[in-house]
Amino acid sequence: MDIVGVLVLLLVCVFTAADGWRGLSSASSPRVCVVGGGPAGFYTAQQLLKARQDALVDIYERLPVPFGLVRFGVAPDHPEVKNVINTFTQTAHHERCSFHGNVNVGRDVSVEELRQAYHAVVLSNGAEANRPMGIPGENLSGVFAAKDFVGWYNGIPANKELCPDLSCETAVILGQGNVALDVARILLSPLDMLKATDITQHALNALAGSGVRRVLIVGRRGPLQIACTIKELRELGNLPNTRPELLLGDLEGIEETLKDLPRPRKRLTELLLKAVNGGDNKAEKSWSFRFCRSPVEVLAGADGKRAAGIRLALNKLEGSGENVRAVPTDQLEDVNCGLIISSIGYKSILIDPAVPFDPRRSVVPNDMGRVQDAPGLYCSGWVKRGPTGVIATTMNDSFDTAHVILQDMESGLLDLSIKKPGAQAISGLLQTRGVRTVLFSEWEKINAEEERRGKPHGKPREKLLDVEEMLQIAWSSRIMDILTFLVLLLVCVFTAADGVRTVLFSEWEKINAEEERRGKPHGKPREKLLDVEEMLQIGWS
Amino acid sequence: MMVTRPLHTLPKLCSQSPQNGSSGSKVLVHFVNQSGMKSSVFVTEGESLLDAVIKKNLDISGFGACEGTLACSTCHLIFEESVYDKLEQTVDEEIDMLDLAYGLTKTSRLGCQVTVNCWMDGMTVCVPQEIKDQRGKQEAQSSK
Ligand SMILES: Cc1cc2nc3c(=O)[nH]c(=O)nc-3n(C[C@H](O)[C@H](O)[C@H](O)COP(=O)(O)OP(=O)(O)OC[C@H]3O[C@@H](n4cnc5c(N)ncnc54)[C@H](O)[C@@H]3O)c2cc1C
Ligand code: FES
Repeated sequence: MDIVGVLVLLLVCVFTAADGWRGLSSASSPRVCVVGGGPAGFYTAQQLLKARQDALVDIYERLPVPFGLVRFGVAPDHPEVKNVINTFTQTAHHERCSFHGNVNVGRDVSVEELRQAYHAVVLSNGAEANRPMGIPGENLSGVFAAKDFVGWYNGIPANKELCPDLSCETAVILGQGNVALDVARILLSPLDMLKATDITQHALNALAGSGVRRVLIVGRRGPLQIACTIKELRELGNLPNTRPELLLGDLEGIEETLKDLPRPRKRLTELLLKAVNGGDNKAEKSWSFRFCRSPVEVLAGADGKRAAGIRLALNKLEGSGENVRAVPTDQLEDVNCGLIISSIGYKSILIDPAVPFDPRRSVVPNDMGRVQDAPGLYCSGWVKRGPTGVIATTMNDSFDTAHVILQDMESGLLDLSIKKPGAQAISGLLQTRGVRTVLFSEWEKINAEEERRGKPHGKPREKLLDVEEMLQIAWSSRIMDILTFLVLLLVCVFTAADGVRTVLFSEWEKINAEEERRGKPHGKPREKLLDVEEMLQIGWS
Repeated sequence: MMVTRPLHTLPKLCSQSPQNGSSGSKVLVHFVNQSGMKSSVFVTEGESLLDAVIKKNLDISGFGACEGTLACSTCHLIFEESVYDKLEQTVDEEIDMLDLAYGLTKTSRLGCQVTVNCWMDGMTVCVPQEIKDQRGKQEAQSSK
C-alpha cells in the first residue's frame, strides 16, 4: 500500500509539474488565462471558477510572489486590508486554478501565444509605472516617485536600493490622494507604530534616523477636490505627537458649501475643517495641505545635484464641484525642502505591442472589460479602469469583467467547441525559452521563510528583497521534495524486492508494551526483549 | 485595528418569532445576493451578519474581504427602512468605509458591524445588485 501511495504521489508530482495532469482530466473545458496576480487577477479568477464548474483558470504573474499591490502598495500599517490575501490564497488552492509566477507576459510569452492557447485571456496587469511631473530638476537626488518610495518601504525588489536621504526637516509630497497620505503617514508615524508591521527592515532603520518633522501635501486644486478618502485623512489626524498645520484662509467660505455636497465629500471636508481648528500645539511634527499649487521646477542646492526646494505655481480654480480645473497664474512660491515625493498617479504600461492601448489615458481601451477589436481578450482592474479606487472597487470591476466573459461563453461569442491546450502549451513554450515558473506551493515556501525571518523582530514577515533569493528558496526545496520522493520510492521498491520488511513505529509500540508487561511482575519498568526474531514476531503480530 | 461596538442594549423581545420563540436565540434572516437569489437562514443572536454569511457559507461573491476589520466595505448590505431605523448608531469609522461602498443607499450598513438581535427576526438584507448588463437574469429575480 505504501508503495502505491508513493507512486501515486510521484505521478501527481510529475504530471502537475508538466501540467499534463489537468490536460488529461478535462479535454473540452473553457480555459481562461489571467495576466497578473494582483487583486484584479484573483477576483476575476474567483468569479469564473465559481460560476462555471468546468472552467480552468491559469494566473501568470511577472514576479515569483503573488498579490500585486496588496503586498507592494498597501501600507504596512494597514495589515487588516491585507486580509484579502486569505481569499486569494483559497482561490489559488482551487483545484481548477493554477498560479504561474516568474512569467513576464510580453517578454517570456506573448499575449498572442496566450490567445492561441486559451479561450479567453484577461489582462489584469495593473498600473506599474509612475506619471512623471515633467518639470526641470525632476531627476535631482532627493526627488522620488511615490511608487518607488512606497516600493522601498514595502519591499519591491527593484526599489531595494533607493536609500532616500531623510535628514532634511521638510518633505513635500505632490498629490493629495491616498498614496500621498500613506507616504506622509509613514514619514510621520512614531517608530513604535511601524516596528511590528511588515515594513522592510532597511526602511525601518532609515526612518529611525529620520529628521523629517514637517510634511506638506500639495495639490493642484482646492480643498473640495482632494482625492484621498476619509479613512486615510482620519488616520493622519490621529497620529501622535503630530499636528495639522492647515491655513485657515485656504478653507475660507467652505462651510457654506457643505450642505450641498454628497455625503462622502461632505464628511471629508468636515474632517478637514475640524483639523484646522484642532491639534496639539506641543506636537513636534506636523502635516499640512497646500492647495491650488502646481510644481514648476525642483530647485537644486549649492552642489547642483541635490534638491533643496521646489517652485510652485499658484493656480486659480475654474468651474465647480468635482470638475473644477486648475489654471496656473504667474504667481510663484518657493518652498525649501530636502525630500520631494511625487504622488500624482500610477499609470499602466503597454506589456505587449499587440495589445490595444490608449496612451493618453494609459489604459487598455475596452467596453465593459471586452478589449476593443480583440475578441477573446478582456481586461480588469487598474489596467481597465485606470489607477484609482480601493480593493473593493477593483473587486466589483473584476466581477463585472468575469460576468462579461461568462456571457460571451454562453452566447457563443467565445467558441468553446475549439479545444485549447492551455497551460500545457504555454509550459512547453516557457521551457524551451528557459523560463521556469514558480508555482503557488513554491510561493508558500517563500512565504514561510519570510514569516520565519520576521518572527525574531515581532514582525508578521520580513520580505525577501532579492528575486534571485526568492527563486532559490522556491526551487531548492522543490528539488528536495522530488529527491525525497525518489529516495522513498527507491527504498520501498528495493526493500520489497529484497523481501525486507520494516517495523513501523506503531509496531515498535507493540514491542514496547510487551516489554513493559513483562517487567511489571518484577517491579521493573520493562524487561527488554533480547531476541530479534521475537521482537519481529511481536511487532508484526 | 478592530473597532468594537457596544453590545445591543435593546430588550430581548422575540415576539416577532413565535414559531421559534422557544429557543429565543435563533433569528431568521433572509439574504438576497448580487444576482437576486434569496437564502433564508437562522442566525444565532449576537453574531454579526458577516459571521452568518461565513458560517452558513452563503453564496455572496467577495463578501467580507477584510474579515470584519472595517477595512474594505465588501460586506455592504442594504436594510429595510423599518429595520435600519432601529439599528445601533453607526460609528464614524463605519461610515468612512460605507462612503466608499458600491451602490450605497440611505439604508446601507456594513454587515460585519451589525449584530443580529432577536427583534430582527424575519428581516431581509440585500447585497447591491450587479451590473445592469445582466438584463435577462436580473429581471427574473427582481422581486426583493
Ligand atoms: C500605494 C498604494 C496603497 C494602496 N492602499 C490601499 C488600501 O489601503 N486599501 C485599498 O482598498 N486599496 C489600496 N490600494 C489600491 C489597490 O491596491 C488597488 O485597487 C488594486 O491593487 C488594483 O489591483 P490590480 O490587480 O488591478 O493591480 P495590481 O495590484 O498592480 O496587480 C497587477 C499584477 O500584475 C502583475 N503584472 C504586471 N505586469 C505583468 C506582466 N507583464 N506579466 C505578468 N504579470 C504582470 C504585477 O506584478 C501585479 O502583481 C492602494 C494602492 C496603492 C498604489
Ligand atoms: S468585512 Fe471588511 S468592512 Fe466589513
